[in-house]
Amino acid sequence: MLELLLALGGLVLLRDSVEWEGRSLLKALIKKSALCGEQVHILGCEVSEEEFREGFDSNINSRLVYHDLFRDPLNWSKTGEALPGGPLEALRALCRRTDPGPVTVALDSLSWLLLHLPCTTLCQILHALSHQDSCHGDSSPGEQVHVLGLLHEELHGPGPLGALSSLAQTEVTLSGVMGQASAHILYRRPQQRPTHQTQWFSILPDFSLELQGGPPLESQPNPDPHTPSTAGSTAPWAEPGYQPHFL
Amino acid sequence: MFPELNNLLNTTPDQAEQGKLTLLCDAKTDGSFLVHHFLSFYLKANCKVCFVALIQSFSHYNIVGQKLGVSLTTARERGQLVFLEGLKSAVDVFFRPQEDPHPLQFLREANSGNLQPLYEFVQEALKPMDSGEAAWRCPVLLVDDLSVLLSLGVGAVAVLDFVHYCRATVCRERKGNVVALVHDSGDAEDEENDILLNGLGHQSHLILRAEGLATGFCKDVHGQPKGSS
Repeated sequence: MLELLLALGGLVLLRDSVEWEGRSLLKALIKKSALCGEQVHILGCEVSEEEFREGFDSNINSRLVYHDLFRDPLNWSKTGEALPGGPLEALRALCRRTDPGPVTVALDSLSWLLLHLPCTTLCQILHALSHQDSCHGDSSPGEQVHVLGLLHEELHGPGPLGALSSLAQTEVTLSGVMGQASAHILYRRPQQRPTHQTQWFSILPDFSLELQGGPPLESQPNPDPHTPSTAGSTAPWAEPGYQPHFL
Repeated sequence: MFPELNNLLNTTPDQAEQGKLTLLCDAKTDGSFLVHHFLSFYLKANCKVCFVALIQSFSHYNIVGQKLGVSLTTARERGQLVFLEGLKSAVDVFFRPQEDPHPLQFLREANSGNLQPLYEFVQEALKPMDSGEAAWRCPVLLVDDLSVLLSLGVGAVAVLDFVHYCRATVCRERKGNVVALVHDSGDAEDEENDILLNGLGHQSHLILRAEGLATGFCKDVHGQPKGSS
């Protein structure tokens, strides 16, 4: 599954929710890219570098370059430790990077960036970032840029979600039933009709991915996850599986 | 504190975890009992507590605290508790020179901007102890509640940024805990509150949700809590 997600290159959009978090899958994809010999640049906005690197062995960690937007993203501390220019300049710096060889850029998260930057600006940068292989005249055709973007669906309206979706070559929507996670995957191959696939999976503590057979047929979710999510969507508190306790 | 809640969470003041953000949420009921629980829990755990209390007066929390076995007055006097009484401070902010920093500075500004002054207050209140002072177990920030900031004109993103910075400083840097209450507006279609609630849901290590009963009011049972981590 991970190979297929990375096969098309370009932007891979991971849409998660409070109930079905996507950071584990993001880290599984990062691990896969690193094991393939790619350098991985992570723009970390939501968790610390220490927390993000947890679970990766030293071989993987040596291939990760963490750009820290978590500690002081808005320069409130004025200690000089903040990334110069803030989130916008940090993104542009990723576009200007000149490392040779295939590279993966992970944005953790696109939601944080979308809440702090204009949607149009973010989309323009994402387009530039995910098409870098066609911009560098001396790149070999085999060198792809993978951009992995984690997006928390409930935080955004249909407009920004649709704009980001239109930029993605691969879109993964996370959901599940009775504790079993599933990924509904949309592939947009050039000059072909989009294809859909659903995979049931679990992420192991070392961020390997294990495919599952899925829950019983009668408890499988609605196969169409592209019902538009809005910022007013209901949090999944009432889902089955939560146990109420009376005090 | 409520021992039943400790049993539910499988924790005691002696075994309190560190470095965590706990989101308290209530829907169709009053979840303030959770705030009182964690306030007494962390005081009994010998933590240094900064309480940003925007809803009730100091005496209210103190009276409830005494029923739960803690004295906020004593905790404040010995330096264990830093208490920001929002109801009183909100008036003070209008009677001091504008250039003097105040944690609730946003109340004076036409454009509410950000909560950086409030963050700096928390940062100062929970800074590591100088040698010679009593050693507290770990710093804890408690906020009651974040939804009222939206009602006072602060944007959801600004509140999320404030919690982000508190998490970075209190949880990550100083290995402390942050506990904050947010109300769930349910069907009220409050987009800003939903962004705040869901945004914090993604950041939290533990979410405790108190809900009213689906069947309505009951004299003996007031609701049901749900927890997820």
